Amino acid sequence: MPGSTSPASIRNFCIIAHIDHGKSTLADRMLQLTGVVDARQMRDQYLDRMDIERERGITIKSQAVRMPWQVREGGLAGRQIVLNMIDTPGHVDFTYEVSRSLAACEGAVLLVDAAQGIEAQTLANLYLALENDLHVIPVLNKIDLPAAQPDKYAEELANLVGCAPEDCLRVSGKTGEGVPHLLDEIVRQFPGPTGDSRAPARAMIFDSVYDVYRGVITYVRVIDGRIEARDRIRMMSTGAVHELLELGVISPEPTKAGALGVGEVGYLMTGVKDVRQSRVGDTVTIKGRPAKQALGGYKDPKPMVYSGLYPMDGSEYPDLRDALDRLKLNDAALRYEPETSAALGFGFRCGFLGLLHLEIIRERLEREFGLDLISTAPNVVYRVIMEDGIEHVVTNPSEYPTGKVASVYEPVVRATVLTPNDYVGAVMDLCQGRRGTLLGMDYLSTERVELRYTLPLAEIIYDFFDQLKSRTKGYASLDYEPSGEQEADLVKVDILLHGEPVDAFSAIVHQDKAYNYGVAIAAKLRTLIPRQQFEVPIQAAIGNRVIARETIRAIRKDVLAKCYGGDITRKRKLLEKQKEGKKRMKMVGRVEVPQEAFIAALSSSDSTDTRTAKR
Amino acid sequence: MELMPESVDRRRRQERAGDTDVPAGGALPETALAAVGQHGFGVYVHVPFCASRCGYCDFNTYTPAELGGAQPAGSYVDTVRAELALARRVLAGAPPRRVDTVFVGGGTPTLLPPGDLGRVVEAIDATWGLAPGAEVTTEANPESVDPAALRALRSAGFTRVSLGMQSAAPGVLALLDRRHTPGRAAAAATEAREAGFTHVNLDLIYGTPGETAADFTGSLAAAIAAGVDHVSAYALIVEDGTRLAARMRRGELPYPDDDVAADRYLAAEAALSAAGLSWYEVSNWAAGADGARCRHNMLYWTGGDWWGLGPGAHSHVGGVRWWNVKHPSAYAARLAAGTSPAQAREVLTAAERQVETVLLRLRLAEGLPLSTLDDVGRAGAVRALDTGLLDGAAYAAGRAVLTLRGRLLADSVVRDLLP
Repeated sequence: MPGSTSPASIRNFCIIAHIDHGKSTLADRMLQLTGVVDARQMRDQYLDRMDIERERGITIKSQAVRMPWQVREGGLAGRQIVLNMIDTPGHVDFTYEVSRSLAACEGAVLLVDAAQGIEAQTLANLYLALENDLHVIPVLNKIDLPAAQPDKYAEELANLVGCAPEDCLRVSGKTGEGVPHLLDEIVRQFPGPTGDSRAPARAMIFDSVYDVYRGVITYVRVIDGRIEARDRIRMMSTGAVHELLELGVISPEPTKAGALGVGEVGYLMTGVKDVRQSRVGDTVTIKGRPAKQALGGYKDPKPMVYSGLYPMDGSEYPDLRDALDRLKLNDAALRYEPETSAALGFGFRCGFLGLLHLEIIRERLEREFGLDLISTAPNVVYRVIMEDGIEHVVTNPSEYPTGKVASVYEPVVRATVLTPNDYVGAVMDLCQGRRGTLLGMDYLSTERVELRYTLPLAEIIYDFFDQLKSRTKGYASLDYEPSGEQEADLVKVDILLHGEPVDAFSAIVHQDKAYNYGVAIAAKLRTLIPRQQFEVPIQAAIGNRVIARETIRAIRKDVLAKCYGGDITRKRKLLEKQKEGKKRMKMVGRVEVPQEAFIAALSSSDSTDTRTAKR
Repeated sequence: MELMPESVDRRRRQERAGDTDVPAGGALPETALAAVGQHGFGVYVHVPFCASRCGYCDFNTYTPAELGGAQPAGSYVDTVRAELALARRVLAGAPPRRVDTVFVGGGTPTLLPPGDLGRVVEAIDATWGLAPGAEVTTEANPESVDPAALRALRSAGFTRVSLGMQSAAPGVLALLDRRHTPGRAAAAATEAREAGFTHVNLDLIYGTPGETAADFTGSLAAAIAAGVDHVSAYALIVEDGTRLAARMRRGELPYPDDDVAADRYLAAEAALSAAGLSWYEVSNWAAGADGARCRHNMLYWTGGDWWGLGPGAHSHVGGVRWWNVKHPSAYAARLAAGTSPAQAREVLTAAERQVETVLLRLRLAEGLPLSTLDDVGRAGAVRALDTGLLDGAAYAAGRAVLTLRGRLLADSVVRDLLP
């Protein structure tokens, strides 16, 4: 019974794994084995709720499921245990959310594909788990696959975790082999939660989601004390007080309960409509008997990547605004504010946790709200200090300050790349070309190397992942986490069309790369913009200094010189079609630019690491 | 056999929004009938037959092979006469008028014997009467006429011949699949003049892949040397579905280049004006005073009325445009059943008429009265004047007339003059 479960009978754990290593399938087997989902209700990736999650095979929002388990073997055989499995988001963009999910657990199952071995994400999440003092059980999955090499990877995994190879469990999420044993080991190896049941209540929020019918559902792990269904709760970061409408556990559908005690995991419902009221990492306490000290580790979600989103059809701007307002309810990290682009019209400058986050939002806007969007090339946030000491935070390259700049700071990440040793040179070459600094290099085994780099975030959001994959024939994997900022020699490159700057193409790039950027985009625009009645120069410029130039020659013939005889209708329809085309043109000064040209010019620099995340 | 083209026609009809069905008898609204002939009245006769299909051509024409055997020529003339009878019934309620112009086009009209073409002209004369001095033109392929045939056409009442010369360069003719030899067109023009035709046109095509500047100036010189009083010069347009388009898509031939086409146009203007032919429409040049202009085409461009006879022919009467079913069998079947061969029609709105007026008249040397433009159009005219696309003197006199550079950019000027 929730609310009266002894902490000694509770095991809170998570599964950490690289994308595609079979976490969701293993979770499905656990749900079946413990009897919370029967075979009839079972569907693949039961816990992944959004279509996008299921399609891309990634978990965006974490979930927590309460599963009863009677230990089958060993000294604890017959004991009735409550297992709380906390599913963690599986992508770098959500590192902070991952860290909060881990903080709600005592143990982590480190799941590795027995045919693939360790990947960068496995490593990054393992480090996160160790930072949170979690006990780790290494597990090799997919042992049913013909290509599985469990002995080889057990060795690798044992080296990494610091255990004996035979301590690595072997399971198949697909067939269920080894899964009961894993559950028994979870009970045996992981400690139960500890906490002061008499202290004022403190519960950590590790997720919150918005539901149209029920408002915000907040997922918490109780650390100390107890929360009862009739309590009024207080959010410790804001001091806001909410009436509890319902409290319960997920098993795997929401089930009402009377209370949640020490170590328990469950949900709270307050009727609040905005997830910003219920932030991941925040501490929940009881208004009547509040805790004095919040739990540590709370951070405000901070956008790392910005992009302008514009409706293809300007009249859809209000629809875009409404759609963003709706998505915001379910996404505390999404930021946006109206912006106007001379080239693209009215839109929003949006801040995201990372590229995957950007793509998910964009895809949801297009899919769930039926919008056609143009997004500008993503950029990071720069801090610009002027000579007079004034500081500007630049989230849009076209707002880069003019005047005397003393210094510019850009965000950097600590990146981990795992690669077969054959490709070490190729990876180093790539990282060097992206202004990376090597931090260290380790051989995980004789064939597999871990490279650690500091890299500017801006260099990673361009096409880094695609390049990494293509240079290593798809074998390398990447993970990264924010790691502060660095001063850099950055400049703003403007693109001028017939002397008019085109804001959508302004970019902040490293001094050494400005020329290449300018040449490339000018050349691309020359092929994309139709000839006008006059010659149109395309220039790339840093301030007043032109660094690249192309010319679109004036059009000399735009007349249909064919005999159409008496078919005047055809002529008129042709003209009407031409006029339709003209309506889709955006005017940049006197130059008519087809919207497709903007899209084409922006999209090629829009290649991201997420599109290829699940192959 | 005959069902298939019908079903194709039906599908096409659905593609054109705003088009409406035509009553079985082809009856026209009374408002349209009342306006007939105010700006002239003409008859077009389409002859949809060719000995072979040229690779660039997307006109409505058929080879004997495509028709599945020879079509008895006599029966085609009879079918056209059946449509003429229908036309007479439809226009019976309109004010009486005579025919100012007749134009027989194709296809290759001269695949029909001169006597057949003469019977068509006779039938038109018997139906409505030819006006005194009426212009009666037939198109002809240089290889399908000889002096005797030309004399026969002249005595059958034709006053004007339009020859499809296209080029005097052997390579260009070959690429266009034209069957005549380089000198044949000019020779046929001379033969036509000798047969008593004062009005002879030569059609030229420029911008064919592989055509050099010298090829085209040579073609112009040959046309001028033939002493004709009218030249049409058209840019090669690659139409979807033609063999030429397929060859270009496969990369066997380069696509036409607009800059080259512009150079050719300027060459045409220079050579023809030096020879005393002056432009009166973007692609048409005529000698001396008005007499040499093609009056039938002028009717198309100035809002005149005409009845188009034959498969796929287009007609315009009092603001109603319609077009016949395209396939000769479907066309004949309709008439045999006593119904109109029209596939669909459109009744032009005031806005559509305005668009057509600007679209067509701006291409003429007379241009367009500025008073016909709305505020947007006038602002566009000022811009076109400022950028040298409209003629200053004409503008001062209240007309929008294209300059030479403006003729090359006529479509963009038209778009600027329309809302």
